[in-house]
Amino acid sequence: MTDPRLLLLAPDDNVFVLRGAIEAGETVALETGEASLPARLGMGHKIARHAIAPGEKIVKYGAPIGTATAKIAPGAHVHIHNVRSDHTPTYALAETSEEVPR
Amino acid sequence: MKGFLRSDGRKGIRNVVAVAYLVECAHHVAREIVAPHRDTAHLIGFPGCFPNDYAQQIMERLCTHPNVGGVVLVSLGCESFDRNALAETIRASGRPVEVLVIQREGGTRATIEAGRAAVTRIAGEIADAPMVPMDISELVVGTVCGGSDGTSGISGNPAVGRCFDRLVEAGAACIFEETGELIGCEEIMAARAATPELAEEIRASVNKAAAYYATLGFGSFAAGNAEGGLTTIEEKSLGAYAKSGQSAISGLIKPGDIPPRGGLYLMDVVPDGEVRYGFPNISDNAEIVEMMASGAHMTLFVTGRGSVVGSALAPVIKIAANPHMYERLRDDMDINAGRILNEGASVDEVGGEILDLVARVAAGERTKSEELGHTEFILTYKSFEPIGPACLPV
Repeated sequence: MTDPRLLLLAPDDNVFVLRGAIEAGETVALETGEASLPARLGMGHKIARHAIAPGEKIVKYGAPIGTATAKIAPGAHVHIHNVRSDHTPTYALAETSEEVPR
Repeated sequence: MKGFLRSDGRKGIRNVVAVAYLVECAHHVAREIVAPHRDTAHLIGFPGCFPNDYAQQIMERLCTHPNVGGVVLVSLGCESFDRNALAETIRASGRPVEVLVIQREGGTRATIEAGRAAVTRIAGEIADAPMVPMDISELVVGTVCGGSDGTSGISGNPAVGRCFDRLVEAGAACIFEETGELIGCEEIMAARAATPELAEEIRASVNKAAAYYATLGFGSFAAGNAEGGLTTIEEKSLGAYAKSGQSAISGLIKPGDIPPRGGLYLMDVVPDGEVRYGFPNISDNAEIVEMMASGAHMTLFVTGRGSVVGSALAPVIKIAANPHMYERLRDDMDINAGRILNEGASVDEVGGEILDLVARVAAGERTKSEELGHTEFILTYKSFEPIGPACLPV
């Protein structure tokens, strides 16, 4: 049984969504064990459901929402510091060689 | 559940008289005609003085919508709208129609009087329209999100998605739209398309939206989105896309195209050709109107910040995504999907609650916005090319 403060939107997701804010230092219960949050996270933010390796897809709603750019520990915040878009984020941005081909 | 049987075989869940102004100059007169008949007559119309094929087609579709039993057309007299063609289409559908031309009737007062009498006569005529058994599979249901916040994508929209999955499974036609908010989802959507050719059409429609919005200079990812926990444009788009559920995509339609059978349909709402008339949809009701033109009997409207709108002709079910907003605006909200966030309700459970309400509203239960008298409506200029054969694979 996972933490009631965490929402799993689709069975294959590798992130949980916070149903509400969780304060720094609080512990959340994941399927694989507990994790402590180093900083406050607001409603709608995501934490890793389990360990995620660099290059792995972040899956939410059962669909990829980007690619991990770093190793993400279970329970760690998943956001712009460790995920990049697989889509050109704005039309003005030129594609770079690092862009994952689709 | 029973519906009003129309001559084209479709069935309505309401039986209203549509009062339509055909140019802004006839708006006041039409509104006054409706005023004493607000329960039976709904105001719709097109404000433009200059001809537009799209507006003509949408008005024809709306005036022959299954929820409409009869029509009063209000023309000033000198506008370009082809009132005779519209009246002919309505007549051919077997519906009573009255055409009033203000310049011929003798002005404001005379036309209001004649229009009110016409509404009374038509309402009497359609009061005993035949009602026949109607199945959930005969429903066309649209969805839209508006006044969104960070909760929409994680509570209300996924719950509507579950409801859509179950409606599609039951044989109903479900419509989702706003390709401009689906940028980044094109490959995921393409993978759900019934055929590879449809997949290509879906990609093309999103690319068209991206180009259109780029010209208008918006549609990108805002800094506030990241504060709310959204990391990428595709994640933001997926929040809106979640309304579509998990079913295969049966077809790509444009406003006014009626789904030929049950299934999940994506509506391409972005005009074809060069950017000509400004924003594709200037407000949420423009999207609702286009889904009604494609036969939607009702719309599932997800809101986070709290939109209060309803619609003329077809009921709107309002789904609150944010539990705090629900407490403030509960008189306006039919469903509290915010329970997913603060009461631990599952997405499935709320999806089921929405489905139950869809069935009750189809059977005649009035939504909150209907009770409050909301009948918002807006139609503006657009232009579309017809869809290609790949858009509706058999």
